[in-house]
Amino acid sequence: MNESHVQAQAQQGGQQHPISLYLKVWLLLFVLSTLSYMVDYFQLQGMLRWSLILIFMFLKAGFILAIFMHVSWERIALKLVLFLPPLAILLLIVLMAIEGDYTFVNRLLSFLSS
Amino acid sequence: MMKENIQASEDKNEDNWQGVVRDWSADKQTFDMPWGKLMMWIFLLSDTFIFSIFLTGYMNVRMSAMDSWPNASEVFALTIAGHHIPLVLIAIMTFVLITSSGTMAMAVNYAYRGDKKRTVYFMAATALLGALFVGMQAFEWTKLIVDEGIRPWGNPMGAAQFGAAFFMITGFHGMHVSAGVIYLAVVARKVARGDYENKGYHIVEITGLYWHFVDLVWVFIFAFFYLW
Repeated sequence: MNESHVQAQAQQGGQQHPISLYLKVWLLLFVLSTLSYMVDYFQLQGMLRWSLILIFMFLKAGFILAIFMHVSWERIALKLVLFLPPLAILLLIVLMAIEGDYTFVNRLLSFLSS
Repeated sequence: MMKENIQASEDKNEDNWQGVVRDWSADKQTFDMPWGKLMMWIFLLSDTFIFSIFLTGYMNVRMSAMDSWPNASEVFALTIAGHHIPLVLIAIMTFVLITSSGTMAMAVNYAYRGDKKRTVYFMAATALLGALFVGMQAFEWTKLIVDEGIRPWGNPMGAAQFGAAFFMITGFHGMHVSAGVIYLAVVARKVARGDYENKGYHIVEITGLYWHFVDLVWVFIFAFFYLW
């Protein structure tokens, strides 16, 4: 980034980062996607499959948010707006997981008793 | 005077909890960014809720289903040149979408550098990759509906809820991609015409936020729908 770019950025107030950074993240997302595809291709099962899928998912989501969507360079005030409300979603997921198990067990019981 | 200026610039760069308090309580605009960008973030937050609720509903019906859930790896397998490859179409769609995210990031970068021509090229490339993604999705849907007999109310491979969840989630995502392609095409045309010459190129970053979000959602759909 040379001096005129810095000035252009100051005038526009926009996000300006070296292109090599985007290319690196792009490559990284490619590698992570390939790895998560490999998890399925080699039919890994159980906890290993789940932990790998979730790790690759969160890494990809994190890189897209942080670099491509520039969240890393935003102020905390915006990060709070973006990341606090979704905590309610976590609660919903937990509740619906409990509910799903409950429904399943009830169906099973009614199936067995009939 | 000099000292005050230095103080002011330090306040602006201060990004910690005191900075949060100051952003909210000081006599100024809380979010130091163009209105359009903040509104896009709020919209994307609302979209996060919609997609999360779809995926959570899908989790709920899958956990409570009595019939066995179809094996996504096999449902989305293709036979290419005599080789049976599980989930290959979805893998290619994922790579296409990630690549389009990459070209979009480049478009934003060139927009802020004031390189109009490259911005338009990269936005057009992004839109084309998005259209390619939608095309592959149309192929995927056709194959599932016509060849495999999957319907929103049932399918020959197991749990009836599979069809409902599949068409709901991927359909809503596909609609987002299609809308994104149109959005990109419109903004790229306006950039090419020079409409933002004086206003600045924030619009490209705002369009980019939408596009990266579509890619972001696909990351979760890929993990929970196709790999689970």
